[in-house]
Amino acid sequence: MAESSARPSPPPEDPARVAEFEARIARGESIEPKDWMPERYRKQLVRMMSQHAHSEVVGMLPEGNWITRAPSLRRKMALIAKVQDEAGHGLYIYCGTETLGVDRHELILQLLDGTAKYSSIFNYPTLTWADIGCIGWFVDGAAIVNQTMLAKASYGPYARAMVRICKEENFHKRQGYEIMATLAAGTPAQRAMAQDAVNRWWWPSLMMFGPPDEASSNSDELMRWGVKKKSNDELRQRFVNLTVAQAKAIDLVLPDPALEYDEKTENWKFGAIDWDEFWRVVKGDGPCNRERIAARKKAHDDGAWVRAAASAYAAKQREVSDEAA
Amino acid sequence: MTPPDDSQWPLWEVFLQPPKGEPHEHAGSLHAATAEQALQNARDVYSRRGEAVSIWVVPSASITASTPEDMGPFFDPGNDKAYRHPQFYKVPRGVRVF
Repeated sequence: MAESSARPSPPPEDPARVAEFEARIARGESIEPKDWMPERYRKQLVRMMSQHAHSEVVGMLPEGNWITRAPSLRRKMALIAKVQDEAGHGLYIYCGTETLGVDRHELILQLLDGTAKYSSIFNYPTLTWADIGCIGWFVDGAAIVNQTMLAKASYGPYARAMVRICKEENFHKRQGYEIMATLAAGTPAQRAMAQDAVNRWWWPSLMMFGPPDEASSNSDELMRWGVKKKSNDELRQRFVNLTVAQAKAIDLVLPDPALEYDEKTENWKFGAIDWDEFWRVVKGDGPCNRERIAARKKAHDDGAWVRAAASAYAAKQREVSDEAA
Repeated sequence: MTPPDDSQWPLWEVFLQPPKGEPHEHAGSLHAATAEQALQNARDVYSRRGEAVSIWVVPSASITASTPEDMGPFFDPGNDKAYRHPQFYKVPRGVRVF
């Protein structure tokens, strides 16, 4: 709501104002765009929300790949709708980020020139149709766990975008799980394809929740300010607990021999995550980092004429109305 | 020619009216070159599942809003008038008023 008017650079931070701000967070109040906020809170939100928006946008690429090769019209319609939703999700969050006084264009340029980060899961290739099922089941499933928490974030525009996204994300997960269940109940070759996808996507999906709590530099601050309500490890555990039973129901095996139910904590214990791989992919050396950005750049450049035409049309409309006046 | 900077397009606030007679509610914002484009984009971005029977798009720059700094004094006239609420009034014990 005129939420994105640029703000003047803040005066040095007054401890009393910071205390009042933190008291508002403690009372569970929603922080709105024009409210006073510590500069660090604003910066952290811009970082987190823009990475989130970029992830939605880049997330369209591995799936968009498969639209022309979907095995039936039903699957194709679902996949097109899902990919369109991801574009929408990116836009909701970019619009939320703009309320913090940044320009969407700056953020898009950072994505295109490769300086912005996005979820490392999208730097893995989608080799078979089963990967599309696995992305819906694991990747969107993990996103739901994370975003359900973020729907209670202290920053109003972010929380509201998450509420909207969560409503749509369940369809993504279910269509993915349906693909996997169908393949798992299919021919031996289809079963093998489904299991292979599970083997490749399981560990990168666990990495989606970010580094372990003791190595997460941003987590404490984000939790203190109510942006996040749960830690990376807590969310990861919740995802594992939910997914084990789902895998079992369709007779697919999660590729972790250390998975074991702990009666005391009521959690599924899981094996060690390869954090070296995580950091390698985050730092740009995953299987598809360069390909994703090149594809995104091409899409942006190929759309230039559409933007030019819309601008030209708008200019012409203004001329017509000026002449009429 | 350098491609036009798409975010230089004006910002529009989007309001959706849900199907069952509720009022329009703010959904978010978007950039568009014209009002017509804003309306079409609003439909595609904010109403892909029958969320709306009506959409308003308003140039963000046209909105006049109250500010957080004024919040206390601005809303004060409405905050100290307990007699505007039914609980302010006494009724005989045992009478159902509502």
